[in-house]
Amino acid sequence: MTLIRRILLRLLTTAITLFGVAVIVFFVIRVVPGNPVAMMLPPGATDDDIARLKALYGLDKTIPEQFLIWLGGVLHGDFGTSITTRQPVLSLVLSRLPATIELSIMALVIAMIIGGALALTGTRKRGTKVEGTIDVTNGVALSVPDFLWGLVLILLFGVLWPIFHISGRISPSIDLPFSTNFYLFESVLRLRFDIWADLVSHMFMPSLALAIPLAAIIAQLLKQSLKETMHLDYVTLARTKGYDENHVITREALPNAVLPTLTLIGVQFTFLIGGTVIIERLFSYEGLGNMAIDAVINRDLPLIQGIVILFALIFTAVNLVVDLTYAALNPRLRNG
Amino acid sequence: MADARGLVKRRAGARLWLSAGWLVLLVLVALFAPLLAPQDPLMQDLFAARLPPFWASGADPNFPLGTDSLGRDVLSRIMYGARVALSVALIAGILTCVIGSVLGLIAGYFRGWPDVVISRLVDIWMAFPPVLFSILLIAVMGTGLGSIIIAVVVIDWTRFARVIRAEAMSQGAMDYVASAQVSGRKRFSIMLTEILPNVMPTIVVLLTLEMGIAVIVEAILSFVNLSISTDDPTWGSMIAEGRLSIHQAWWVLVFPLIALFLTVLSLSQLGEGLKDRFDPVLR
Repeated sequence: MTLIRRILLRLLTTAITLFGVAVIVFFVIRVVPGNPVAMMLPPGATDDDIARLKALYGLDKTIPEQFLIWLGGVLHGDFGTSITTRQPVLSLVLSRLPATIELSIMALVIAMIIGGALALTGTRKRGTKVEGTIDVTNGVALSVPDFLWGLVLILLFGVLWPIFHISGRISPSIDLPFSTNFYLFESVLRLRFDIWADLVSHMFMPSLALAIPLAAIIAQLLKQSLKETMHLDYVTLARTKGYDENHVITREALPNAVLPTLTLIGVQFTFLIGGTVIIERLFSYEGLGNMAIDAVINRDLPLIQGIVILFALIFTAVNLVVDLTYAALNPRLRNG
Repeated sequence: MADARGLVKRRAGARLWLSAGWLVLLVLVALFAPLLAPQDPLMQDLFAARLPPFWASGADPNFPLGTDSLGRDVLSRIMYGARVALSVALIAGILTCVIGSVLGLIAGYFRGWPDVVISRLVDIWMAFPPVLFSILLIAVMGTGLGSIIIAVVVIDWTRFARVIRAEAMSQGAMDYVASAQVSGRKRFSIMLTEILPNVMPTIVVLLTLEMGIAVIVEAILSFVNLSISTDDPTWGSMIAEGRLSIHQAWWVLVFPLIALFLTVLSLSQLGEGLKDRFDPVLR
């Protein structure tokens, strides 16, 4: 199978997956007991109110009809109108997306730095107590999910030793001169490092909470691959040439050991993005996940649908990129 | 080398016993909560609100771990909360395990169209953000223990299905299965009597992990106020309350968090320990 055919096939399954997600969200909200209109109106609404609202949102039609209308809109970039804010779902969702992207990427970078450092230290000090400590720490970090790490961090660095902000994305007192919602990104471009520092001090705790489990996974896998690589002949050769241990690990072993870890990071990154939902809630961070929970609590059906589809789109896109990169990097798969 | 392996084994053994110890303690506390709890977990007493834990000044020995902002006893609420946590862990964990494993076995051993359907469903499921999915399901089904259990099963069956499918596939390719097939036995009976026992170690490990996940899901749902009911003591609702009053009464957050942390850690360490026991290389 050629690479092109592989890509086309992969795109097709991605499309099927997204369609499946759309169908499931759409029907779950409507088929399971409790009709959507009852969910939208405050208790005590009259039958007349219900009928009017149903007609307004096209809910007087059958569910398959509604789905087709909604799908037609989506294909034209119209995700409907949010019930609570009366704004287009697409613009609402896009206004929050940058906050979540920045948080996820910051978490990913932190995870790679911590995980990489632990793996290198563990390899350098292999067989000593340091390696044992790293292994035990990894085990704990892996078993406890981001939600609990978030709470632990809030206690440690929000209360016990309050050096970071534990709520919000930016201090309300700051005037934002920005034209996009990528605050962190734009603050660097505009050289506003005062704002950058404030953003980082808000984002560090939630992104660290997201990063801890991933850092442990990275540390574990990278250390294992490094260990295997260190036994290969060319590494021994480098050592007999007189290079010191640090050089051997970082320059000789690392480049060959890093590929499986990179693949794993790609897959795990989607789990990290999924984790932003509750972490944003925990840290009152104004991103997509926090908006999603509000939408569910307010029974804002069009908004819920829009956000779930967007998350599914991000997940499948990340997986697609990982698969294709892997196929492109791995010669055995290229013509296989 | 032998020494290193002995050390690994001893350390793993200690981990296993500590985890099992905490879980046994938790089960006992949950079973005998009415006898053990010093206070009624629902009783409010605004005059005794935000009492600190026993070692701090101003503490009341009747409330060993302090009280929350409504004057409810933290220790008693943790004890009763263990009942909810363990119920969810056991029921949701086992149901998820059975459904997911059966689907995984069918997909991996029978292949063909059941595999196509199940694998496609797994792909779709993997594209949902799990926390959001669970919140959505609870919002639709209504709160309550039953809804939480259903939500865990609906969301997490893929964890089992994915792994067990792969294992069943590799087992299905082995000679002993082929010889069983040649002898003319029904494929379904081969699946249950030949494949299932061989994937059982994996199932057990996944089950302990899933129990931990179920406890966390319950806590997350309580945290966003979508669990049992706002009155019933659950660790998640205590944590949500504690998060709000964190600067006035840190103990409302700390103690249920410790309970949750230890429980999740113990369940996963138990899984790891069992994995080592089942692993013929380490055994």
